[in-house]
Amino acid sequence: MGLDIRLPIGLLFAVIGALMGGYGALSNKAIYQRSLGLNINLAWGIVLLIFGLTILFLGYRGTKVRLRGKTSSSGSNSEGIHRRDV
Amino acid sequence: MQLTGIDWTIMVLYFVFVIAIGFGVKRNMKTSVDFFLAGRSIPAWVCGLAFISANLGAQEVIGMAASGAKYGIATSHFYWVGAIPAMVFVGIFMMPFYYGSHARSVPEYLRLRFDEKTRGLNAISFATMTVFSSGISMYAMAKLIQTLRVFDAPLKALGLSPALTFHVSIVVSAVIVLAYILVGGLTSAIYNEVLQFFLIVAGFLPLVLLGLKNVGGWSGIRAQLPASYTHSWQGMSSAHTNPLGVEWFGLVMGLGFVLSFGYWCTDFLVVQRAMAAESMSAARRTPLIAALPKMLFPFLVILPGLIAVSLPTAPAQTTNAGIHTVVEQYSGKGLIPVKVDESTGLPKTDRNGRPVLDYDLAVPNMLLHYFPTGMLGLGLTALLASFMSGMAGNVTAFNTVWTYDIYRAYLKKQATDAHYLLMGRMATVLGVALSVAAAYAATRFNNIMDFLQLVFAFVNAPLFATFLLGMFWKRTTGHGAFAGLVSGTAAAALHHGLTLPEGAVAGIKGGWLTAVHVYPSEMAQNFWTAIWAWTTCFVITILVSVITEPRKEEELVGLVYSLTERTRDEHLPWYQRPTWLGVGVLALALLLNIVFW
Repeated sequence: MGLDIRLPIGLLFAVIGALMGGYGALSNKAIYQRSLGLNINLAWGIVLLIFGLTILFLGYRGTKVRLRGKTSSSGSNSEGIHRRDV
Repeated sequence: MQLTGIDWTIMVLYFVFVIAIGFGVKRNMKTSVDFFLAGRSIPAWVCGLAFISANLGAQEVIGMAASGAKYGIATSHFYWVGAIPAMVFVGIFMMPFYYGSHARSVPEYLRLRFDEKTRGLNAISFATMTVFSSGISMYAMAKLIQTLRVFDAPLKALGLSPALTFHVSIVVSAVIVLAYILVGGLTSAIYNEVLQFFLIVAGFLPLVLLGLKNVGGWSGIRAQLPASYTHSWQGMSSAHTNPLGVEWFGLVMGLGFVLSFGYWCTDFLVVQRAMAAESMSAARRTPLIAALPKMLFPFLVILPGLIAVSLPTAPAQTTNAGIHTVVEQYSGKGLIPVKVDESTGLPKTDRNGRPVLDYDLAVPNMLLHYFPTGMLGLGLTALLASFMSGMAGNVTAFNTVWTYDIYRAYLKKQATDAHYLLMGRMATVLGVALSVAAAYAATRFNNIMDFLQLVFAFVNAPLFATFLLGMFWKRTTGHGAFAGLVSGTAAAALHHGLTLPEGAVAGIKGGWLTAVHVYPSEMAQNFWTAIWAWTTCFVITILVSVITEPRKEEELVGLVYSLTERTRDEHLPWYQRPTWLGVGVLALALLLNIVFW
């Protein structure tokens, strides 16, 4: 499979979360009238940052495990099948 | 719409990652199987998310919110009735044949099970449909970008006219999709579909939460809207007592059985994602894993539509961020504006002089209503991602079917793997080019969902009868399958030509032969067209099969249920066994139907 998809996804969400959170902390609070007074950039930015870092960690750990066990066999060979009577 | 630096940064970041993922998997693209089937090496959860994301194009994000605003929570039938049971069926019963037969595509399975002509018919009709669907996605995206004036400021900064927005949107999306499929093949498309899945959740969940907070939660929506909008089954005993205009039998048989099973069980666009799985059990789990988020999607894509019509109707307003909702010069409904005729600038009205509402603007107007700059960039990026992913899904299905089932089958039978890999890349260019052509040819329809249902009814509805008989009745013959498919499609066309939805004019909406029956709604007409097509195909296939010679049983091993070794999953933990997963998924879907009864 090569690239573990969790790495780019985690990285993208962590970066977007950090950007939005940072922007939310610094931006003019008046723009949050439309989001019912909630600083949605800050709040959702933090959520995305945590999500991104978690996924990134899982991807990093998964990649390490995969590289370590690269030689072991896996997949369809391990699945038993039996013939069904007609 | 004026986006600020943070919005553009988020959008550009997404585009950079999309292309980067393509290059990240490029080194694995060595053979045609790597390019077309992702080397059959993708884990089940990735395939599962790609399975639903490939279907998460324009028709879902925009169309489902539009239907939510138009019909209410009854739109959830497209999920809890019109998707989940079929996804369980394909995972448990059909995937062993697709994956186990080592077919590289759904049309190739038809060749193995039946004959060349059945494969050819399916391959050509499917290839046409994918290009058309991709073009619709592209058209819808370009139209939306034009309506929201997303690119006005950058185009002006470049000294170009904002009138070029439509063309620029088409070109930019085509180039990006082309780039990441060309370098990364199906793996790249699948990975981007997974990325898009998370983006959709990240972009739309806050929208739903803010909207619900604003209208007082589900009870607030119920207080604002008629009961028919907040109950999915009430009034379904008659077509005249529910907003869909279709009775329960037409809904369950037409949508829940024929159209749904026709799409989820036979459409190569989604089946291809499961065929890319790393093992048989992963392939079987793919649709079942996909069903879990799929059944929760109504809360993400239908609720925004319901919230949009629950809000008080207000004139356009300008905010301190300089962003305003799409001009609402005439009284709409909540955030849904009246449709305006582009040539005259006047509101469109129906035959009774009532204004026609532009339901497709439910989601865009919700984004503009609730999201400040920053969050707006993320929401818009999620929307663009869904459009592009829908396109990419169709293009990857197209290049596989073109290369294996048309080019290799009829044009160049013997060539090296490298040659077919090259052809796959050329087919990608061709698929994108044809999509662009289809986008420009896209026609006028108020609701994208209704239109796609019509296309599915003609092409997909008879197909499931062919697969059902082919996989579960060993006596089915190639001649029977072919005759059934042709007559089923003809029956669909004939039914459409003889019926009309109420209030419609004979022509593209039906009745082009003569209107012998009038349905209460276009949806009812579509569902019944599908039922007629399926039944015709089913009956004709059986009739022709019994008078033609069947294939030898030994040739059908691995292709027909009664002659195939069954996959065993006793060695898997219970939560990974397809049967248990399927039962759990169906129980949850039933529960949701009861809660929103």
